[in-house]
Amino acid sequence: MIRVQLPYHLQTLARVGREVVLPLDAESTIGSVLDALEARYPALRGTVRDQVTGQRRPFIRFFACGEDLSLEPYEFPLPDAVRSGQEIFRIVGAMAGG
Amino acid sequence: MSGVRVLVGTHKGAFILTSDEKREKWEIDGPHFAGWDIYHVNGSPVNPNRLYASQTSGWFGQVIQRSDDGGKTWEPVGNKFAYEGTPGTHLWYDGTQHPWEFKRVWRLEPSLTDADTVYAGVEDAALFRSTDGGQNWEELPGLRDVKGNLWQPGAGGMCLHTILLDPNHSQRMFVAISAAGAFRTDDGAQTWRPINNGLKSNFELPDANAEVGHCVHNIAMHPSRPDVLFMQKHWDVMRSDDGGDLWREVSGNLPSDFGFPIAVHAREPNTIYVIPIKSDSEHYPPEGKLRVYRSRSGGEEWEALTNGLPQSDCYVNILRSALAVDSLDECGLYFGTTGGQVYASNDSGDTWKAIATNLPAVFSVEVQTLR
Repeated sequence: MIRVQLPYHLQTLARVGREVVLPLDAESTIGSVLDALEARYPALRGTVRDQVTGQRRPFIRFFACGEDLSLEPYEFPLPDAVRSGQEIFRIVGAMAGG
Repeated sequence: MSGVRVLVGTHKGAFILTSDEKREKWEIDGPHFAGWDIYHVNGSPVNPNRLYASQTSGWFGQVIQRSDDGGKTWEPVGNKFAYEGTPGTHLWYDGTQHPWEFKRVWRLEPSLTDADTVYAGVEDAALFRSTDGGQNWEELPGLRDVKGNLWQPGAGGMCLHTILLDPNHSQRMFVAISAAGAFRTDDGAQTWRPINNGLKSNFELPDANAEVGHCVHNIAMHPSRPDVLFMQKHWDVMRSDDGGDLWREVSGNLPSDFGFPIAVHAREPNTIYVIPIKSDSEHYPPEGKLRVYRSRSGGEEWEALTNGLPQSDCYVNILRSALAVDSLDECGLYFGTTGGQVYASNDSGDTWKAIATNLPAVFSVEVQTLR
């Protein structure tokens, strides 16, 4: 199982708490986690990545184990600590002041 | 018992204001979708409890929400807006061609005959339709064939913000785009033609009489007389008596003919309303006085409606979709400001009062008359 942390607005949209748990598949890549997230919570389709282009939205970031994984390809394998459930895969809405 | 339900889209959520037919006491419900930009909320004329809302965010993109109980509860529906075929390009600020890119939904216009059919006007400008209650969306691409390569974004984005469905001709529809102009279809959105003849954009375009490129802000019609259209252009209030084939200016004695929304009285097809704004450089009312202007002659002669509206130090704006009328016996009017006030009149505009005073900036106002 993989633990995924969501930003506030995606929590309210999916009607879940801050952290959701998704099944671990054989791949356990960034892309497969997003696939699992959207399958479990269809309301989140299009909110993390564009539905037409598949691209990560510009103000969405992916953090795990103290690293910014946002620029890694979807095929990038998740760190072992995320795969084991020790660490959380964090989906973050970028800071914007004002 | 009859009453009204006012649907308010704001910078930080949607609000629903309700009252009985007297329209004196109001209840405010919200925010729905707190923290999100709500560009538009609109109800089906077939089933008033069916509402659609455009929820959008610079972070999380576009969400469409649907309610089947008049806004008490909502469910997200489909939000995939894919341009038909190769999206093509339009004119960009630097003179180059730029690919069409979906950004958000500005307007949701439910069908006059089917609660599950709804049109969406989007940025970058295009028209979409859903026939399954918002679950799936398809573009009606013929519109972008009308010199779409010459369309260019205005400062607010290249948005399709106005959709008018002709109640007498099911195949006829009007749309308006900033900054491309007005367009009409007579064959159910298969083919379109620009209807900008008579518009003059002396300050905005190199060719003041261009076929496309005009910054149309809003168009209104009365359902009993759908060939008569009223337009608030960037500058100029315009009127057409032939479905947009030819426009003439009816700004008359307005203190400024710049503005955003325009509306028609529900029971008097020749009574129209605008809210003048000083200029495109100063988006606030002339002299700091918030005045609705009413013409009972379909334009040219205008009277200021001020009773109950602030007449000093008022520097709000009223956006293009933020003026609406109900259809009770004594026509009610409603408009929202970028300062977060919603003003209402229950006597055709003679008197006004604020029915909400501290909302986020108001993007849109619609009203449903409930019987």
